[in-house]
Parts: sequence; structure tokens; C-alpha cells
Amino acid sequence: MNNYLPLILGMMLATYLPRLIPLMVLSNREMNKNIEEFLYYIPYTSLSILIIRGIMTADAGIRLATIAGIGIAGMLSYRKGNLILSVLAGIALSFIIINISA
Amino acid sequence: MENRQKTKDSIKDGMRIALPIVVGYFPVAMAFGLLSKNTLMSFRDTSLLSIMVYAGASQFMAIDLLAAGVNMGSIVLATVLLNLRHTIMSASLAVHLQGISRKLLPIIAFGTTDETFSIISFNKDKVNAAFILTLNTLAYGSWVLGTMIGYIIGEILPISLQSSLGIGLYAMFAALLSPEMGKSKNVLYLSIISAAIYMGLFYSNRFGSGWDIILGILISSIIGVVFFNRGERN
Repeated sequence: MNNYLPLILGMMLATYLPRLIPLMVLSNREMNKNIEEFLYYIPYTSLSILIIRGIMTADAGIRLATIAGIGIAGMLSYRKGNLILSVLAGIALSFIIINISA
Repeated sequence: MENRQKTKDSIKDGMRIALPIVVGYFPVAMAFGLLSKNTLMSFRDTSLLSIMVYAGASQFMAIDLLAAGVNMGSIVLATVLLNLRHTIMSASLAVHLQGISRKLLPIIAFGTTDETFSIISFNKDKVNAAFILTLNTLAYGSWVLGTMIGYIIGEILPISLQSSLGIGLYAMFAALLSPEMGKSKNVLYLSIISAAIYMGLFYSNRFGSGWDIILGILISSIIGVVFFNRGERN
């Protein structure tokens, strides 16, 4: 069997350093207003991109279920504001759709 | 006494709010464990990937590339690209973690994923060390345990259930974002703009996976700074 330890260590550094360095460098530091605003928008832009990417890269067989699950969760959360209920509804609806279309 | 009560409440908050991540990570991790076994990786190495790397998309990609015979250096490089977005997410988190002890930051940083980042960003009022560490630990535990159990008995979970629980993570992203879109026109416009920009980058086929995500986030956030005024903040 191959020795994968070098790969695992390399991947660990490649994952951990990007998570660590900005946090250490930027915490406890006064920031330029524009940069602070830029960072303020990051959660919105990244979530939106992760969602659209999830739809675009989903296997054709579960794309409809993905869109439906995302749609119902977004709608329920918008109306009722309950995160967990919305996610469970999204899972249930996509489960039903996958089983119907299979 | 009051402090202890506050810590207790934060831990409870963290447990409650971690639930969608725990439920979503477990089956995806199981799928990873099973796939890794089928690629002839040992139980030890499969577990170590989840324990030490803890990055879902990169782990799946590594298995894929290994099976295709790609060398380890290239896989590490691809991992760097795929995880570049965490640099920017981590930078954004730093703004909310000002009050937290610096000694804890290396531990908190390890637990930064798309999902924990989103939860923390949209629960700024709850953020403290106890809340974040609870959330991160549960998410991590679910990922590691799911991987091991998937390796051992992954076949028992029906594919349709695996897929729909995995879709749950995207449902969570939508459930986090949609109320914010209702509260702020800027967020609504910016979300639409981000999605459109990402589609453009994706279909242009010029940027590999990783670059397209980070470019999309950078460009659309800069558009936000340039065109929206911050009067609507908070």
C-alpha cells in the first residue's frame, strides 16, 4: 500500500494556513473603513456563490432536488426565521423528489 | 456566577445551532469514507485525512485525483487553490473575533469551514469563545466520526438519503441568506450580482475550480464597496 502521509501533511498545511494567517494578522487591529466594509460583504457574496455553485455542479440526477431543497429552505426561513426547521424541510423535500424521479 | 451562566447558555446556543451542520456533515463524510475505501486507501489514512485536513471538497478531490494517478505535489497545489476562499472568510471572521483571547485563535482557525463560517457570520450577537468552540467541535466530530463509520459500514446508507442530507448543507446556506435579503436591499442586490458574476466565471471556463470561487467573492464584494453606501449597515 502507498504511503500517503506526505500528501496528508501537505494538504493539512494547505488547508490550515489559509484559515490561520488572516485571523492572526487581522484580529486586534484597526482597519481601514473600506477594507472593513469589504470584509463585511464577504459572508453574503460567498454564500450566494456557494449556493449557485451547488446548483450548477450538482449531478444532473439530483439537480432538481437541489434547487427545490434550497428554494423551500430559503422561503421558509424568510417567512418563519427558523433555521433548523427550514433545513429539515429542505432535506425532506429533496429526499421526496429524488425518490419520485428515481 | 453570572459568567458561568453565560458560558452555559453559549454552549447550549452552539449545540442547537450546530445541528444542521452535524446532520449535513455526517452522511457526506460517510460517503467520503466509503469512496476512499473503494479507492484502496487504508482506514488509517482515510481517518487521518478527515482528522488532519478537515476540508470536505479537498478530500473528495484528492481521492479523485489519486485514483486518476495524479502526483501528490499537484494534489497539494489543487488543495491550496480550493481553500483560498478560506483566507478571505477567515479575514472576515477576524472582525467579529476581536474580543476573543489570541491563544484560542489557532484552535478556532482550524475549525473554519464554509458552514461554520456562515453560521458565525450570521450570529454575530452570539459570538464568544464558548459558542464558537462548541459549534466547531460538534461539526468536526461529525465529520471525523462520519468518515470512520462510512469506511466501515458506508454501504448501509441509501444513496437517496445521502444525497438529500448533503443537499441540507445548501439548504442551510439558503436559510441563512434569505432573511438577510429581506432585511436589506443591498444584500439582495449583492447576492444576485454575486451569483451572476460566478456564473459568468464558471461558464467562461478560464478559471479552474478554486480560482472561480475566490475571484467571484472578491469581485462582487468590491462591487459592494464601490456601489453601495454603508448607511444601511447593521
